[in-house]
Amino acid sequence: MMQIIGTWIAAGLTLAIFSFLYKDNPFYKFAEHLYVGVSAAYAILYVFYFDVKPLLIEKFITEQGAERWIILIPAVFGLIMLSRWIPKISWLSRWSIALTVGIAAGLGITGQIQGILLPQIQGTLVPLTSVNNVIMVIGVIATLVYFYFSIAHQGLVKHGARLGMVFIMVAFGASFGYTVMARISLLIGRLHFLVYEWLHLVK
Amino acid sequence: MKFFEKIANIDSRIIYLLLFIVVLIPVMFKMVLPVRVSEPVQAAYDSIEKLPEGSVILFSVDYDASSAPEIQPMLLATLRHAFSRKHKVVLLGQWALGLPFGEIGLNEIAPQFAARYGVDYVNLGYRPGYRAQMVGMGREIRDFFATDYKGTPVDEIPLMKGIHNYNDIDLLVGLEAGQAGDEWIQFAGARYGINIIVGATGVIAPDMFHYLQAKQIKGLVGGLQGAAEYETLVKHAGTGIAGMVAQSYAHLLLLGFILIGNVGYFVIRRRKQA
Repeated sequence: MMQIIGTWIAAGLTLAIFSFLYKDNPFYKFAEHLYVGVSAAYAILYVFYFDVKPLLIEKFITEQGAERWIILIPAVFGLIMLSRWIPKISWLSRWSIALTVGIAAGLGITGQIQGILLPQIQGTLVPLTSVNNVIMVIGVIATLVYFYFSIAHQGLVKHGARLGMVFIMVAFGASFGYTVMARISLLIGRLHFLVYEWLHLVK
Repeated sequence: MKFFEKIANIDSRIIYLLLFIVVLIPVMFKMVLPVRVSEPVQAAYDSIEKLPEGSVILFSVDYDASSAPEIQPMLLATLRHAFSRKHKVVLLGQWALGLPFGEIGLNEIAPQFAARYGVDYVNLGYRPGYRAQMVGMGREIRDFFATDYKGTPVDEIPLMKGIHNYNDIDLLVGLEAGQAGDEWIQFAGARYGINIIVGATGVIAPDMFHYLQAKQIKGLVGGLQGAAEYETLVKHAGTGIAGMVAQSYAHLLLLGFILIGNVGYFVIRRRKQA
């Protein structure tokens, strides 16, 4: 019974969202707000039960000695992040933001160099023994030339930059094609649900 | 001339309606097209296929409802493949709202292969942390996942007894609708050398090809098309294959619109210049 009710609610909300394609209307707004609200509430519950409760509350109760008090450090940083809501002490949140930005930047720089820059350079240093490799190497060089703004784009550099632009446009085209496919896939998914699970038009 | 002017000013709702019809008809009539398997998907399939029986595969569910129609078929197909090869599955996620989809996938596929929870597969659930978590898991998974999603301590789960970090995991299957795929590649792949295959939404997939080319990932399943190809390889049709005809007709319709739109643009421009 609960599943039937759930299916009808899902179908109703799907149609409400689709109704926006005709024009903006209260049904769409209701479904949109409901989605945002439910998502936020769900995320809060998840974070509480999978993070705050086991890693903070339960650990504080079960841990002994210094370990127990160390747990409070991130908890305090988390709490003072909320001070942004109180203008008088909102400056406290800067400590948490500084910590977060520092960690993200530190990890990010390492990740970018170790995880992207070096492996990608290595991946580009290929023998020019196949058409694919030649196209790739020319594409990389031409694209880099396009983004090299320290000298005027004249003469050979101009031609290189133009070729680079062609490669960039091809990349954008591929991205656009995939994006269209993604959006159509979502429509297919919803129609599949409406036809098979809600209306049972097809067995 | 008037035709092109009319087309240029067509009500977008007519386009939506046509698109709706073009997608609905193949879905309703269960039309099927043969699916050609591409190299990136074949490579992803081979990565699981070549693992010795009983290998440990880490599934990361990094998507939510808004991208589930594309990625859920990938999860089902790869889980089916993993269980059919008697591999061990460890599932977790970086997106809190995505974990229910992981659980739905496990509950659907595991019983079909008589896989037992805690012995053949486990759902560790969600923990925040992202990059820090990915790096930290290289040292000890328990530092972040002390319990599974049911609250059972990880040390009490038979499957997890010998699994402590990436050294104990043979393959990572990242199912990605956002940035988490890049993060896995940068922080688990580059730093710890774990083998990774990626299943990504159509929007994300183009950004993954350079990782594939540089051999930073072993295979790539891109969009619903990729899911259909994987379903073809595991010989079990799901919503991926079912959606391919609708996908193809929708693309033809859009190509038609793009062509007419461009021709119309040039015709109208020439008329104005004359």
